[in-house]
Amino acid sequence: MDNENAVLYKETLFDKIFKPEIITLENGHTVRRRRSRTPFIVIGLVLAIVWALKMTGFDMMTIISRFSKMLDLLKKIFQPNWAFFPKVIGPLLDTIKMSILGTVIGCAIAMPVAILASSNINRSTVIVSVFRFILALIRTLPTLVIALVCALIFSLGTFSGTVAIAIFTFGVVSKMLYESIETIDMGPFEAMEALGANKFQAFWSACVPQILPVYLSHCLYCFEMNIRASAILGYVGAGGLGITINERIGWRDYESLGMVLLTLFVVVAFIEFFSAYLRKKLS
Amino acid sequence: MAARTKLETFEETFHRKLTAAEAYANRPRNWMLYTLIVLIIVAMVGWSSSSVQYNGMTVTGSEVAKGVLHGVFHPDTALLFGTRETDVPYLLLQTVAIAVLGTLIGAILAIPFAFLAATNIMPKPIAYLFRLLILMIRTIPSLVWALMWIRVTGPGAACGVITQSVCSIGMISKMYITAIEDLDTHILESLDAMGCNAFEKIRYGVIPQLTASFVSTTIYRFDINLKDATTLGIVGAGGIGASLVQCLNSRRWAMVGSFVWGLMVLALIIEFFSTRIRRKLAHGQ
Repeated sequence: MDNENAVLYKETLFDKIFKPEIITLENGHTVRRRRSRTPFIVIGLVLAIVWALKMTGFDMMTIISRFSKMLDLLKKIFQPNWAFFPKVIGPLLDTIKMSILGTVIGCAIAMPVAILASSNINRSTVIVSVFRFILALIRTLPTLVIALVCALIFSLGTFSGTVAIAIFTFGVVSKMLYESIETIDMGPFEAMEALGANKFQAFWSACVPQILPVYLSHCLYCFEMNIRASAILGYVGAGGLGITINERIGWRDYESLGMVLLTLFVVVAFIEFFSAYLRKKLS
Repeated sequence: MAARTKLETFEETFHRKLTAAEAYANRPRNWMLYTLIVLIIVAMVGWSSSSVQYNGMTVTGSEVAKGVLHGVFHPDTALLFGTRETDVPYLLLQTVAIAVLGTLIGAILAIPFAFLAATNIMPKPIAYLFRLLILMIRTIPSLVWALMWIRVTGPGAACGVITQSVCSIGMISKMYITAIEDLDTHILESLDAMGCNAFEKIRYGVIPQLTASFVSTTIYRFDINLKDATTLGIVGAGGIGASLVQCLNSRRWAMVGSFVWGLMVLALIIEFFSTRIRRKLAHGQ
């Protein structure tokens, strides 16, 4: 009777050290109640917090005592300087164009690579793991660092930003896409191969219709992220709104900064709403 | 009478098994939709390529590219494994510390925001007001937040911590809201019927339903914050970013290489563990 629910869980090392409590019910059955892990997690968290506080020198009192400075800044930002609006339009369009072009290029390259990196279509485990490793490496690089290297290699301006966004998009979309490709139904593919179609024909007619909506939805999602990310790329000289933001903060012209942020807010909100609508339609 | 025959034939075709040729003739035709999508994309690319022009490489462009590649394959090992405060391991630990504190503070700050913006708890106008506020916090780029907080804390890791706590509120509370709105209220009703008081209802009815998704969201955000913390260094908010950018600008490629290796290894390790823990949380123990 004791063994009845022993199969229900694996005994981990933790359970061997801290034996589960055994409760006998009225009808004679026994159930085990595992010791709670919560105290250990809490102790671990507290240690992590103490260590992190020491490492960063973070002090809540400084922030509370000097918080009025932040309030002053926010007050100025919430009184946008409307006269600055015409100067926002140009860089804003640059930012949008950069993200459109970067997203399209990145997504276009992502499609073949994602197919090569999905284990249900590509049977060679070596190629699959090599591609996945490269993709993982690309994703670890922060966009801003890529943009900075691009700005050093190519001249300052929107081209470097576009390249940086394309690389970032490529990493993210490939990963999301090969994960989706691995969940598709391979039945039609095998049926077509059995009927005598070659691999490419079978893939084109059986897999592409399943992948395409997911692919478009991933691309839209990435475009949303890119609009927000590309707004700061200008900080390292990669063109767009970032240059204006950096300049305004440098001159402590927070009313104009407020105007830039307000415009960005409206554009981001609009694009997010539109893309969420389209993605709902696609799924 | 004619309409009736038509209906019958339709029913006949509907129930009869189609031959392969007929099924093929009836295949879905989406080419109109796809042509439209392709046209829109081509138009957008055409419009946007007007301002993105290739000006050629800078004079030192090829040298930079070579230098970066050389640095990545020949990193400065003394810097990579040193123990001084300017070496890679210490800076990486500092980056992790910024992300840990920033995420934890952000996760705690997000709880009240999420409850105030959940439509099943608060009246709709108040909920939508808080949603607008959350969207605003999310729209301001993290670098801008960092540049504003630097005026309060001065440059250093503390600025990174407070920046990340504020930035995290946006995404974390957005995902908390979904969890709160999915709460199963039947459990609360049955606890009510058993005579539980408000505290017991929260302890046994609400908290167990929310913990898993809250913890999962927080770990996911920690993953993002860690990558973000590396870029915050660029504006002087502590962590590894500042040193990386200095080395890039002064063209010390071997040092750049060791920083890049440090970043990659750290990000890979953290992503591996965070995916494992989150999978465990989603599928139970």
